Amino acid sequence: MNTVTMRTRTFIATLLGMGLITGCATSGNAKDPIEGFNRAMYAFNDGVDKAVIKPVAKGYDAVLPNPVRTGVTNFFGNIADLFIGVNNLLQGKVSDGGSDLGRVAVNTTVGVLGVFDVASGMGLEKHEEDFGQTFGRWGMGSGAYVVLPLLGPRTVRDTGGLVLDVATDPVAYIDHVPTRNTLFTVRAINDRANLLPAEKVVEEAALDKYSYIRDAYLQRRRSMVYDGNPPREAEDAP
Amino acid sequence: MKSFFAFVSGLLMFSSVLAEGLAPDVLVKKISNEVLDIVRTDKDIQSGNTKKAVSLVEVKILPHFDFMHMTKLALGREWRQTTPAQQKALAAEFQTLLVRTYSKALTEYKNQTIEFKPFAMKPDATDVKVRTEVKQPGAAKPFQLDYYLDKSDAGWKVYDVEVGGISLVTTYRESFTTEIRNSGIDGLIKSLREKNQSGEPVVAGSKK
Repeated sequence: MNTVTMRTRTFIATLLGMGLITGCATSGNAKDPIEGFNRAMYAFNDGVDKAVIKPVAKGYDAVLPNPVRTGVTNFFGNIADLFIGVNNLLQGKVSDGGSDLGRVAVNTTVGVLGVFDVASGMGLEKHEEDFGQTFGRWGMGSGAYVVLPLLGPRTVRDTGGLVLDVATDPVAYIDHVPTRNTLFTVRAINDRANLLPAEKVVEEAALDKYSYIRDAYLQRRRSMVYDGNPPREAEDAP
Repeated sequence: MKSFFAFVSGLLMFSSVLAEGLAPDVLVKKISNEVLDIVRTDKDIQSGNTKKAVSLVEVKILPHFDFMHMTKLALGREWRQTTPAQQKALAAEFQTLLVRTYSKALTEYKNQTIEFKPFAMKPDATDVKVRTEVKQPGAAKPFQLDYYLDKSDAGWKVYDVEVGGISLVTTYRESFTTEIRNSGIDGLIKSLREKNQSGEPVVAGSKK
């Protein structure tokens, strides 16, 4: 069997294994039933980030000039646009889906393999969709909040979505292993570097980083499923 | 005499407009543009001078926020258990926290521009949502920045801000509730105070 199938199966097996462990770490919070496990995983991820990932991302950010950073982000953004389009179509948003596929066509050719985002200038806006949002749009509730090893915050539904995102990731289908691994790494570091400014704000804002990130993530996902127009949640009347 | 009369009635009309206050979307547009214009030309703020960003926030933005209202919403059900002294302390610490956070965000400014979304409200509305979108240079995606305002005697005041669908009040309400569950309302006040004092000193007289 090919490596993508192998990788996806290993991924699912890891998640199931974690599911067995999580049984013992339930808490009273309705929104975060496995809070004990999540906090532990968050602490682990934060440790790895501080020790390894963030220093590399900061170095990358310091060394590369902005136009190159933008080009890298655009390149990977173009690859992502393909399945963003597919997800929009799966959600019944035909014109958005068509626009995404249009982006891929224009940016790959005129935009030189996606390095230049020409399509945005032509009015083809970039969207953000993934299988988790598609499931949400189809009516699946989000399920418990889960912090995945290294990958960070998800919900049960979005983790299922992630499995599909991983399986449909075009980069994973590149046969030349060194190229594929380089692309995976550069994409991850580039994404992490793009988050450095936001992280500074979270650092300043949060009383408890874990719950701040959790609550922001859950609200953000809800907003993304509704494409920016979520119904306002009823507030506790004081 | 005539011109004096015209002058005085002009002043009266002007001040009555001021007293009524600007419409909420006009207010948001005015303040957003004022703040961005300043940040755009201020190299100090752009290079991370949080003190200057805090002054900017305190002068331009603070007067248009109703922090007591925000604090009340962020406390949720727990507000009923608070004494007036605690309410004052909470609102003061929450305000400091938000000012610092907002200022930090401003120092990350990198040539963003704001698009003001179409706005409509009923003439007798007292609670509105003003929508804007922040566009960023390069490949960074635009994000939504929405303001919730309600009408008070002193004009329209902001009581919640949503960034990319993430509500400030809702997010803090979760943190506050957890903190109160762990260490009570006084414990929350203490945590906020410690957090405010532990960051970079941005006000005169802070320790360090």
